[in-house]
Amino acid sequence: MRPDVLNRGYGPGTRLLFALIRLLSRQPVPDAAKLVFYRPDFYGSRAKEFTHEAMRGPSAWSAGDRELMAAYVSQANENAFCVGAHSATARQAYQDEPKVAAVLADLESAPVEDGLRATLRMLGKLTREGKVGAEDMRQVLAAGVSRQQVEDALAVCAAFNTTNRLADAFGFEVLSPEGFEAGAKYLLKRGYR
Amino acid sequence: MLAEDKKRAAFRALEDRILNGEGRASPEQRACAFSNVGLSRPLDGLLGKVATRPTQVTDADFAAARAAGFSEDELFELVICAAVGQSARLYDAGLAALADAVAGEEDG
Repeated sequence: MRPDVLNRGYGPGTRLLFALIRLLSRQPVPDAAKLVFYRPDFYGSRAKEFTHEAMRGPSAWSAGDRELMAAYVSQANENAFCVGAHSATARQAYQDEPKVAAVLADLESAPVEDGLRATLRMLGKLTREGKVGAEDMRQVLAAGVSRQQVEDALAVCAAFNTTNRLADAFGFEVLSPEGFEAGAKYLLKRGYR
Repeated sequence: MLAEDKKRAAFRALEDRILNGEGRASPEQRACAFSNVGLSRPLDGLLGKVATRPTQVTDADFAAARAAGFSEDELFELVICAAVGQSARLYDAGLAALADAVAGEEDG
């Protein structure tokens, strides 16, 4: 990662924890996980709290739906690390690999409910263009999505627009497929806290 | 507007911490990074990219900011402020559009 302090700026307790994670998962510690341990009082503690609330807090969207939103937003931002991590997590959550692949290949023809499709379309536009209008939102609501569900989806969008930017700026290393699968298993079991 | 949205409250808590809590970069620098306004050179190169075209950030952007006297810890903070700031604008734009759509329905 860059700057270099993100590679070497951890205390002995944190380094021991990283060693334990490597031992148990037989995979390198993902840079996304390392980042939240660097000066956690500045960013990591509150970022984890927000991301956990957005991804696993109470919502009419399932964890799988929200992981798919995270992957879709990350694809709009062309962020390979987060697309890899969250498409793996969505696949495991849904137990449906073709569905996740279809959404990322072509949202309009993918086999998902109209409400989820309309929501993903709106999140993609907001992420790419930086704005959406009332008409975009009316289309999502007309597809049967509640106001609270739109708010919940916007929280996922905010969490991943942040993480995508940090992944690019700090240079997160893209993991192997096995590394992403191990990370996905952890995120489904433990969440983001 | 829903009275209690824990997700939004958690985002505001993150925003408040990085802007107003203790840090190596000054609160003024952090506010400029967050809003992507009023940044001096060469910081504007690195942080402008973080906000609007993050895939284009390079080692050279960090090197230029370091050469201008910013420490690694200051850059860590300012990059985070730029990333959270852009996300806050997207979040707010989405919530405002939603409020407009709902208000329109209620009027009609």
